[in-house]
Amino acid sequence: MAESILKCSNVSIVFGGLTAVDDFNMYINDGELIGLIGPNGAGKTTAFNLLTGVYAPTSGKIEFCGENVTGMKPSEITARGMARTFQNIRLFSELSVLDNVKIAFHKHIRYNLLEAALRIGRYMEDEIRTDIEAHKLLKIFGLDELANETAKNLPYGAQRRLEIARALATGPKLLLLDEPAAGMNPQETQDLMNLIAWLRKEFKITILLIEHDMSLVMGICERIYVLEYGKTIAMGGPAEIQRNPHVIRAYLGGDD
Amino acid sequence: MIERRTDALLAVVGLVLFAIIYGLIEADVIGPFWKLNIIIICINVIMSVSLNLINGYTGQFSLGHAGFMAVGAYVSVVLTAKLHLPFAVAILVAAVAAGFVGFLIGIPTLRLNGDYLAIATLGLCEIIRIVIMNINYVGGAAGFTGIPHHTTFTWAFLVMLATLFFVKNFVNSAHGRACIAIRENEIAAEAMGVKIVNYKVLAFTLGAAFAGVAGALFAHSFYILMPGTFSFLQSFNYLIMVVLGGLGSITGSIAGAFVVTGISAALAGVPEFRMIIYSIILILLMFYRPQGLFGYVEITNLPIFRYLKNMSPEAKRAMGIDGEDKGKGGEA
Repeated sequence: MAESILKCSNVSIVFGGLTAVDDFNMYINDGELIGLIGPNGAGKTTAFNLLTGVYAPTSGKIEFCGENVTGMKPSEITARGMARTFQNIRLFSELSVLDNVKIAFHKHIRYNLLEAALRIGRYMEDEIRTDIEAHKLLKIFGLDELANETAKNLPYGAQRRLEIARALATGPKLLLLDEPAAGMNPQETQDLMNLIAWLRKEFKITILLIEHDMSLVMGICERIYVLEYGKTIAMGGPAEIQRNPHVIRAYLGGDD
Repeated sequence: MIERRTDALLAVVGLVLFAIIYGLIEADVIGPFWKLNIIIICINVIMSVSLNLINGYTGQFSLGHAGFMAVGAYVSVVLTAKLHLPFAVAILVAAVAAGFVGFLIGIPTLRLNGDYLAIATLGLCEIIRIVIMNINYVGGAAGFTGIPHHTTFTWAFLVMLATLFFVKNFVNSAHGRACIAIRENEIAAEAMGVKIVNYKVLAFTLGAAFAGVAGALFAHSFYILMPGTFSFLQSFNYLIMVVLGGLGSITGSIAGAFVVTGISAALAGVPEFRMIIYSIILILLMFYRPQGLFGYVEITNLPIFRYLKNMSPEAKRAMGIDGEDKGKGGEA
């Protein structure tokens, strides 16, 4: 059996009187592709924010690659190999597409301030390497033609892809995608599914995604977690989830 | 290497400019009044470009820049006038001292955002001024007298050039990109592995250190140094230069310092209308060009520089990538 790269045990977070995520348990094995679904306001993005360190949990424990990362800052967690995209796109919108990706190479930069100011030592080597790597990554996402374009001027679908490219530039073991297909048409969604499946093989990464598009989730995820009102109401393979009465009730409503 | 060519080109432009102005001063075409104003412009360029590092590049609204200038000014005059140390040593120590004060102030205040940070830095700037006013060793409120007149045009211009190169290289490095990322989106920057607090403090410290350098040059331009010079109004003045020139642009900071200092000097003959004309120019500029003269644009992105850069296809091949305009990304 593959080892768990991410393990959440009894994670809860309380905002004022509201328990946004309640007793959340999750494990992700190396190489898996996991979906996290649930109705609006179920706490999916909050769960992401807990995993990536945006919020510190009120209680519970998060382990990543065998290390306790509970309460760490997002930058520290990213440095350990977890990267994410955002539901409401958060690009560096005034910067070029290329610079967006270059910033994400931050943790691979070895030169110090003095070397940067005088452009000596490892500066040139690192900058050229960053440039080449960034272009490679943009090519994969079909964005290299747009490298010098300002990020905010990209079409919506391209902005989504740029966010994924940027997340990959940090060199993650685990990639968290928050509604990657939001606002995409069926054709774009299909392309995205293929891309995600391909990335997973090519970069040998584990993926956790939040998605509303059921065809995407059921099509590519191996296991699915379902949240409702902050509680995990089901977990299992796509077929299992589709038959689960709790899930059907959460999505379609029904008598209580 | 394209970047090296840009650097060389900028250095040549800078030195040619230096030679021309130097020649004009020596030949007495530029009289003492404008000579002093040129020195002040150089000092103000250092001030505005260093404030731009904090406000324009890192996106932290600081209003206390004159305070750091005061620290640099007073530390340097103590070193030259009281301890008789060389001017170069005084400038360096002034930079370190002001940088250190910036670092100490930055750690608690940079947890604040936007307006709150502006108010906190404004207050701290005033504290620095009042502390200096109460130290009798440096003359207190009456001012520090007997300062050696060390700041020549050569000193001011060359130190300014060095500062500009430092800031240019910084903002085009990964460290500078980290600062810009913070300005663009703090949450995303942090998610990309940028240590937000460290970089905010770094930008603040660097900005303060260069303000200290400017302070040292400023103090040695006159024979007397008064704490009243470094009031918060002076901080506003530098802020005006940065905003008018354009946030996030080194070219803009130079233009801003040049225009603001130039206008006040040119209007020195009509003191009664000076502030009115000055204000009208500011209002018109903000009305028609709210992003400032060079908001987020650098002179190296203008056609003439591109033309000069594109002259070397072999340099591009040397980088191992084709496609024109490669180095453009975020180059100053």
